[in-house]
Amino acid sequence: MSLFINITLDGVTQGMIFAALALALVLIFRATRVINFAQGAMAMLTTFIASTLLDRGLNYWWAFVAALAIGFVLGALVQMVLIRPLEGKPDLNPVIVTIGLVIVLEGVAGAVYGNSSRGFPAAFSQSGLVVGGTRIAFSHFDVFILVAVLLLMAANLVLFRATTLGLRMRASAFAREVSRLLGVRVGRLLTLGWGLAGLVGALAGLLIAPTSAFGPYFMDLDLIYAFTAAVIGGLESPVGALVGGLVTGLCISYVGGYLGSGLEPLGALVLLMVTLMARPQGIFSRPSARVV
Amino acid sequence: MKEKNQSSRRRWVAGISAGTMVGTLGIGVMAPAASAQAPGVTATSITIGATVPLTGPAAPGYDEIAPAMDAVFNWVNDHGGVYGRKIKYIYLDDQYNPAETATLTRKLVLQDDIFADVGSLGTPTQAAVQAFLNSEQVPQLFIESGCNCWSNPKYPDSFGWQPPYTVEGKILGAYIASHFGGEKVGYLTQDDEFGQDFVKGLNMELAKPTVVSQQTYDAATLSGPLSNQVAALKAAGAQVVAMATIPAATALTMLPAASIGYFPQYVISNVGADSPTVGPLLEAYTKASHGTATQVKAAAALLNGVITDAYEPPESQVSNPWVKVETKLLKDYAPALYAKTGLDGNTEYGVALAYTFVQALQAAGKNLTRAGLISAIEKSGKSFVTPGFVPLSYSSTVHYGFQGAEVVKLTTTAPPSVTPTGSWLGGVNLTRVEVTNVGSGPVTTYTGDIALPPSSLVSTS
Amino acid sequence: MAPADVARYQVSPETGKPLRPRPWWGRARFPRQPLARHLVLALLGAVVLYFVTSALSPYNNVLVGEIALYLIALAGLSLLTGTTGQISLGQGAFMAVGAYTVALLMTHTHMNFVLELLAAIGAAATLGLLVGISATRLKGPYLAGATLLLALALPPIADKWSTTFGGDQGLTTIVPTAPGGINPEEWLAWIELAGALITLVLLANLLTSRFGRSFRAVRDNEVAASLSGVHVARTKVTAFAVSAGCAGLAGAFLGLSTGVVSTGEFPLTLSIELLAAMVLAGAGSLFGMWWGAILLVYVPQWSTSVSGDFGLGAGTSAYLATIIFGVVLIVVMIAAPSGIQGGLRWLWEHVSKQWSISRDERAAPRHATHFPPSAADHQPNLVHDPLNE
Repeated sequence: MSLFINITLDGVTQGMIFAALALALVLIFRATRVINFAQGAMAMLTTFIASTLLDRGLNYWWAFVAALAIGFVLGALVQMVLIRPLEGKPDLNPVIVTIGLVIVLEGVAGAVYGNSSRGFPAAFSQSGLVVGGTRIAFSHFDVFILVAVLLLMAANLVLFRATTLGLRMRASAFAREVSRLLGVRVGRLLTLGWGLAGLVGALAGLLIAPTSAFGPYFMDLDLIYAFTAAVIGGLESPVGALVGGLVTGLCISYVGGYLGSGLEPLGALVLLMVTLMARPQGIFSRPSARVV
Repeated sequence: MKEKNQSSRRRWVAGISAGTMVGTLGIGVMAPAASAQAPGVTATSITIGATVPLTGPAAPGYDEIAPAMDAVFNWVNDHGGVYGRKIKYIYLDDQYNPAETATLTRKLVLQDDIFADVGSLGTPTQAAVQAFLNSEQVPQLFIESGCNCWSNPKYPDSFGWQPPYTVEGKILGAYIASHFGGEKVGYLTQDDEFGQDFVKGLNMELAKPTVVSQQTYDAATLSGPLSNQVAALKAAGAQVVAMATIPAATALTMLPAASIGYFPQYVISNVGADSPTVGPLLEAYTKASHGTATQVKAAAALLNGVITDAYEPPESQVSNPWVKVETKLLKDYAPALYAKTGLDGNTEYGVALAYTFVQALQAAGKNLTRAGLISAIEKSGKSFVTPGFVPLSYSSTVHYGFQGAEVVKLTTTAPPSVTPTGSWLGGVNLTRVEVTNVGSGPVTTYTGDIALPPSSLVSTS
Repeated sequence: MAPADVARYQVSPETGKPLRPRPWWGRARFPRQPLARHLVLALLGAVVLYFVTSALSPYNNVLVGEIALYLIALAGLSLLTGTTGQISLGQGAFMAVGAYTVALLMTHTHMNFVLELLAAIGAAATLGLLVGISATRLKGPYLAGATLLLALALPPIADKWSTTFGGDQGLTTIVPTAPGGINPEEWLAWIELAGALITLVLLANLLTSRFGRSFRAVRDNEVAASLSGVHVARTKVTAFAVSAGCAGLAGAFLGLSTGVVSTGEFPLTLSIELLAAMVLAGAGSLFGMWWGAILLVYVPQWSTSVSGDFGLGAGTSAYLATIIFGVVLIVVMIAAPSGIQGGLRWLWEHVSKQWSISRDERAAPRHATHFPPSAADHQPNLVHDPLNE
């Protein structure tokens, strides 16, 4: 029984991290219709920068904030320099550009920081909480992850539903030309969207690094699972990112725990196919009308 | 007949004209005039090659080995080379992808004309080129992998070097059987040859009923803590956990185990128990929860008490003559590498392997041929002077290198391993050196001498 | 048709003889029928390649063979993603199926070599069929996600059942012995080049047939295609099956080239690199794929020569090579969105417009006239614009 509880808790924690990365992917996709394969690599870069700052003696929380800020700037920069020139061009090209970006970022990180794995500190203690006399696989740090991601989702919701800025961003994403006609500065808002996604990605990187073999490639697999989570939840829905993330995290945890770790990708694939067969555009997508 | 002559003549003409064109375009490297003796060998040089992961997820740590080997060859070249021939070492990045290894190895053999393939890394990668190298009769020497597959009469040109994983499994398994008699044992191993061969060895020494859980992990998809495997081991009540894990996986086991309050006796293959490699990964966690000053104390929380095996003097024994020699050699001939990593498990491995190769070249004599090199290793391998505790096992029927090690415990009471990244837990040996083989032979204590570095090595350091 | 073509075929009403006199070489014009044209081109190519491979060193023949096999995989992917608009990140998985099929057959049976290759194609195409069926409901990024996971999840299955699939050490493949006198690298290069030429001929014919028109119709607008009588689902499934079959053949050749088939040869990066190389070379074109194949084979090779030039250690130069490749990928995508082939075509058209006017008159469209822009210009849309849906 305790095995089941531990596996479930582990799945929830993993799921929250996937949800955070998935949210970044959703933000970008909604705004610019691009799958940002470089989200993980960008988060890796900001985490490496944070690690360098920590090595130089900076306080953890200042490094945390710095990483988020750098993530925002990086996201905005990528959109302005690499994605904007591709507007109006074939849709596959920005995806390839992000793939190129992954190659460049991982190469730069490998060349500058070297191949060896290093440790990255966690914000809080990682030893499990004691519940009813036994230690469970849920630590203070895991609580922090849960709270951080939920706050993130809430902030996202508030931004998009309750503020004018959010309304303008949604308009830019949904009907670009009409928004332009109505005076919305679409270009700037798209950049803002990418910046926010960069910030979210940076947060995800900071949350993952302490429990992983932190090196240039540490975000690769998490990004793939986050992409799965986003697709399951519906690429246009932040709530979908959260639900998709949790479902994916739990699925992987159960498959890995009971069937063996090599079959985790297969489990994720089965989950994805089952979901998409039932709802081809993800769980929380708006069903699109077929216009004939 | 006439058609055949015509077509072959046409081929000739086309070949010559195309070849001149192609040649002037510079395609194809013109190797220096290889001597009649053997490819890659001239009066003044020997060219050898290897494929190792320099980039990609498998690279961390392993990318230090080839530069460390290069340092040894530079030292040898500085002192006149072997019989007046300088060693040129070409190592290429295969990213641990066997398809890449196959292409690059063909490049080394067909284009760069290497004399031998020395110190290439990986089981799937080297297995992919074993048949090719043997069919081209290129010696595939001192493969950096403990697979049982390198001593195979079908492939007489292939040689292992490090202790086979089964030998490690037997030595550690025998230790568990004799010192943790009644306790429950769990396995956590990589789900490939490394883990499977290690488990073979363990199973030869441990009674079946004592093994309560066998967990595996997949190296290719390793990205987070192995919490599920750890939870399963804890649920099964394993008091001793025998592990065949790479350093990242070791850390990703101990972290979640500690977080659920599970502290079994860890018995880990030397592949994943090098404290300067595993320590930094664990350091962050212990810093957060203990907040203590020195990293030795920090890693002590988890690595303290880990049992592993060692087949050469650990880098923490700074007074050991071999360690002194290795340190000086790295400092002098690979200063950039030394400044980054110091003498850790990987660089020590590289230095020892390269030195073994130098011995082999010396034993092969001035008239250097591939066949001569191989028979020199088979005949004189046992008498090579290496940092290993036991002599190499090479013979005409055995192509394994070291088949013995001592059981070591990492502990705070031992002198630490000091590297540029910090000060890491050292080890003390729990047993004398033990030897066994890959088959069903027993594990026995080694009673022979342990070689000291020769004066030629010491005097120049 | 341009006026010149009409004039060429018109017959004078008085004499019954053609208006435009036939040139002295009579009917030996370049064939207009697609199949004949493709076969002639392939034959010419075969002759040229024969001489080229005879002249090259064994190692360079290895490289030529690898270019051929990647060309096959890229051609299939170009048909699927470029022409039919179905984004697939799973080409590596189909290659793995082809490779393991060939290896298993070689290990356990003594089947004829060509039959083994056909079995590899068939096995991969069957998987492609299954994936295609599930893909009929998926669009754009959703399909991308599914194929991405397929590429990630399929190869490790071989690790799980390692006794059958050889595990780490993999399964060995045996190249049929070369006829006397020819060295094995050249022989294998011939086999792979033959496979590539046959594949290109078949795919070229497919693309100029009504299937090709269906592919492009589905890419451009599924609803319109369906209204025009194109069976959308069947078209998608066909595209997947054909593309997977190509990948299966390429995978089988990869297994032969390496000598061993193991999971490590089919990482996720293979599928991603194939997609990137395909788009870089020019999505939708066939013959342009050889640029992509050259890139895939030469970029890893190139890093070794770079290290010599700059005096860098092998480690740093390996990273340098990947960084430069990534930068090139980004720059080409921004500067030349139709890829290399598209860029060359643009250059060619731009240059040739400066030449004689008659050239314009004689230039008839090489493919059947159709209203959507040609394959080289139009790239697949990932999702439908909600405004226009």
